Amino acid sequence: MRNFAFSSAENVDQAVSSERGNAGEASYIAGGTTLIDLVKLDVMRPVQVIDLNRLPLREVERLDDGRLRIGALVSNTDLAHHPLVTQHYPLLSQALLAGASTQLRNMASTGGNVMQRTRCPYFRDVAAACNKRAPGSGCDALEGVNRMHALLGTSEHCIATHPSDMCVAMTALGATLTLEGPNGTREIAFGDFHRLPMDRPDLEHELEPDELITHVTLDTPVVGGGSHYLKLRDRASYEFALASAAAMVAVEDGVIREARLALGGVATKPWRAVEAEQALAGKPARTESFEKAAEIALSDAVPREHNAFKVPLARQAIVRALEKASAASKHH
Amino acid sequence: MDTQVIGHRTPRVDGEFKLTGRADYTVDWQAQNMLYGYPVPASIAHGTLEKLHLDTARAMPGVVDIFHHGHFPKLYRSPNSPTHQDQVSEVRLPFEDERIHYDGQYIALVVAESFEQARAAAHAVHADYRRESGAIASLLDTDREGRLLASEGASRGDPEKAFDEAPVKIDHTYHIAAESHMQMEVHATLAEWRDERLIVHESSQGVVYQHKAMARIFGLPDESVEVVSHYIGSGFGNKLFMWPHAVATAGAAQMLGRPVKTILSRQQDMESGGNRPASRQRLRLAADPDGRLVSMRHDSTTETSFVHRYVDSLGSATPSLYACDNVAISQRLLEVHHGTPCPMRAPGETSGIHALETALDELAVELEMDPLELRRRNYADQDPASELPWSSKHLDDCYTSAAKRFGWERRDPAPGAMRDGDEIIGWGMATASWPALRMPCAARVELRDDGSVMAACGTQDIGTGTYTIVAQTVAELSGVPLKDIEVRLGESTLPAGPLSGGSMVTATALPAVAAALRNAFDALKEVATGEGGAFEGSDPESLEIEGGALKDDQGKRVSFGEMLTQQKLGSVNGEGQAAPGDEKGQYSFRSFGAHFVEVRWDPGISRLRVARVVSSIDIGRAINPSAARNQVEGSIVMGIGMALTEKLDYDPRDARLINNNYADYIVPCHADMPEIGVELLDNPDYAFNEFGARGVGEIGLTGIAAAIGNAVYHATGKRIRDLPITLEKVMDT
Repeated sequence: MRNFAFSSAENVDQAVSSERGNAGEASYIAGGTTLIDLVKLDVMRPVQVIDLNRLPLREVERLDDGRLRIGALVSNTDLAHHPLVTQHYPLLSQALLAGASTQLRNMASTGGNVMQRTRCPYFRDVAAACNKRAPGSGCDALEGVNRMHALLGTSEHCIATHPSDMCVAMTALGATLTLEGPNGTREIAFGDFHRLPMDRPDLEHELEPDELITHVTLDTPVVGGGSHYLKLRDRASYEFALASAAAMVAVEDGVIREARLALGGVATKPWRAVEAEQALAGKPARTESFEKAAEIALSDAVPREHNAFKVPLARQAIVRALEKASAASKHH
Repeated sequence: MDTQVIGHRTPRVDGEFKLTGRADYTVDWQAQNMLYGYPVPASIAHGTLEKLHLDTARAMPGVVDIFHHGHFPKLYRSPNSPTHQDQVSEVRLPFEDERIHYDGQYIALVVAESFEQARAAAHAVHADYRRESGAIASLLDTDREGRLLASEGASRGDPEKAFDEAPVKIDHTYHIAAESHMQMEVHATLAEWRDERLIVHESSQGVVYQHKAMARIFGLPDESVEVVSHYIGSGFGNKLFMWPHAVATAGAAQMLGRPVKTILSRQQDMESGGNRPASRQRLRLAADPDGRLVSMRHDSTTETSFVHRYVDSLGSATPSLYACDNVAISQRLLEVHHGTPCPMRAPGETSGIHALETALDELAVELEMDPLELRRRNYADQDPASELPWSSKHLDDCYTSAAKRFGWERRDPAPGAMRDGDEIIGWGMATASWPALRMPCAARVELRDDGSVMAACGTQDIGTGTYTIVAQTVAELSGVPLKDIEVRLGESTLPAGPLSGGSMVTATALPAVAAALRNAFDALKEVATGEGGAFEGSDPESLEIEGGALKDDQGKRVSFGEMLTQQKLGSVNGEGQAAPGDEKGQYSFRSFGAHFVEVRWDPGISRLRVARVVSSIDIGRAINPSAARNQVEGSIVMGIGMALTEKLDYDPRDARLINNNYADYIVPCHADMPEIGVELLDNPDYAFNEFGARGVGEIGLTGIAAAIGNAVYHATGKRIRDLPITLEKVMDT
């Protein structure tokens, strides 16, 4: 680990106005579950680390308009077990508990999980070519060991999978990120926050170098919707998804009134399957409808040498998650 | 033998030390003025190091020196002789030349004042390489066959003719991916030179072996070396013999005149600290219509590296497991460009029995016969390889008992016939086996004036419970309570004991401890019956040992401590040796067992999990049934990983290891644990040693992957012949 300057911010203003060097040389730290790991591997080399843990961003509160505002420092554990989450957003609770291990969830923060880096082994190996870590160096994953890599949202420059489970649920639920910067506060839709890799996989999101995520605000819950987060993986816990599906379905008289579907483990960003959702609306809540939605969701999949099985696997995840969500809908 | 302590469940005598942090693992040791080493691994697998750029690293805070080719003491290679106990894991010395043989080979060792400074500077070292094409990443990626090993072949009868003439036969090839030991404690060394003596703390499964290898490499007399390994966070075989990090660390400490501690990262441990080699095995089995084996051929290829000639003997169990007149085994060895393989828990036979037990399941399908019945029909009442009687074999009882507890008679043989909701249930079974090994061993016992007893042996406890079974042995024979018994292990200067490998420590060390204890009793009796002794003038032969005391036939009883105190003696000592004898020519010694496995396959989401394992294992007498059962349970968990998830992934393009950490190399976690029901049969094998124990550390791993794979076949109708059985191999696409 290289030496870096460490300071603790007492308030949000101080965090975003801290004197800092060039972009990428300063890092915020909350739980540190990604940062410390990657610093030890020499993949991230912050010159300055600003600790956020004294900031008052640990509240989960229901806003007057029915939305749920989550402070960026709320731990994955606290969020997963928060009564407002388990009651109104069980999908999020399930997704959080499907991620990592208890120990990691105790440390990991909501804001930090939005910023989680990929698990691509070539990204984590400083001797390998990786456009995300070293822009322009190439991508060793394209023709390498790519069983864990993405099918959707890939480019010829990067096929790294976005690793978060929490983000998959949030993108399905609909959410807004509150960003604080030296010039004030702005909001951005969750689905617009993460970027596709395209020709700049190093640019992963819309956060400016001196900005900070302060809150994630979930949209009001879908009335009568049942939900299910299904994560398929090699072992039963502490393992990244090979394919996951976050599904929410509101059924009335056997017909789908509204559906939400997002995918994890198969895409370069938390993947909302909007066209599949549209195809489900108004259709009977039956397996055939779900299978059709899965086909649509995966129609743009670009498999590689070792990850072609993820296409049928993701299809299975989608269908089963929709079936379970549908069965859990209040008026089916 | 009617016993009070041996054979009874006994809490670990070192448990308190582990729970309270007083157990001194290698990385816990500090020396005055100590420096930290951190290796710089090569980032290519095949080529030459052309230039090291060290200026940046040298200028970094705390850096004391950087060792590399051209700047390191001139050392000798170890003869690497099993007979002379100076084996090493990598024959080549660190920094010996500039050739690169595998990804992760050390090209330098940075030494700095702190661990973090050493690591940071190691990251700042850059190297220019001349890469060479043609790196062989794995046996699995090549058609090369390797060279035939004359040392590994065996045959009887005419298996080719018998195969050709047989009515029922199978001929299949099986692959197993290379695996990592993933022991919790990484390799670590603290080397210190004091007055021309080299003192090494090392996480080692063989302190005596490392002692001798260090002496040879540094050109020292044996008495000038000491290796200490009091506690080991497991090793599973990859700490049996010394690795280059230890040599590099000792060399650096010598040049700098200060102690140096090197702790490998998990990545380094996985790249260059040993692995179970990948294998390819062709099994040709033939049977008569009644299921009697008429021909068995087992032809294997495994990997070794370019820095060692390690051979995993895959076929060694095959000639002994089943009654068959026509058997041939052969083995080939292929060099690949990755860190050298080494023994990993039940080395060789774990891979070999997997292939054999899978092939038998395939033969049972061909015969339309229950797979358990097929094994019973080919039961070997004596060892068909040596033609000697077994010292003690109760495999038939294992089959019967495990099958009954599992409910095997309810099995519908048709694949996919047993269902539960979304899930298909698969049931499979396999035989387990591991040889009973024993080596010569020495020990020392001290009876002390405070009534306590100290037993010492130059073997080590790798977490399996050796401290406890030595204490149990002393308690059993002396009547002294466990709390008053001190056990010293893990120091190479103690009377020479065995490697913690081959499941042989129990059968090897306990008879030596018993011999030493009896000699200490004789010394005490000499004191007792001598001038001024409590039993002055009595015949020493007439005195008995009972409850930590000497007793005569008149009912007079004097405790050990009292006796010594009376005579103003601090202690009496006994040295003892024990070794296998003539029994080796009279019997064949091997343990057996049976695994029955239930898997659950949900085809709708391609989810495969092991739900239940029932095993009956016969290991002779279990000295400590708690620890012995734990060994089998742990082996079963390891076997689940081998069967379903574990694979060292080497990039086929350049032979670099991709999944070099606990997250990406997938071992089972708690949520994967099935219901595990282990039964240890209690049939003491007194032909093997006076305690009747055959060892238990490894047998549980043999056969488990085959039982799982056979259950997967039963669930899905798909025979997956390549491990691990990841879901894409089973799913319907």
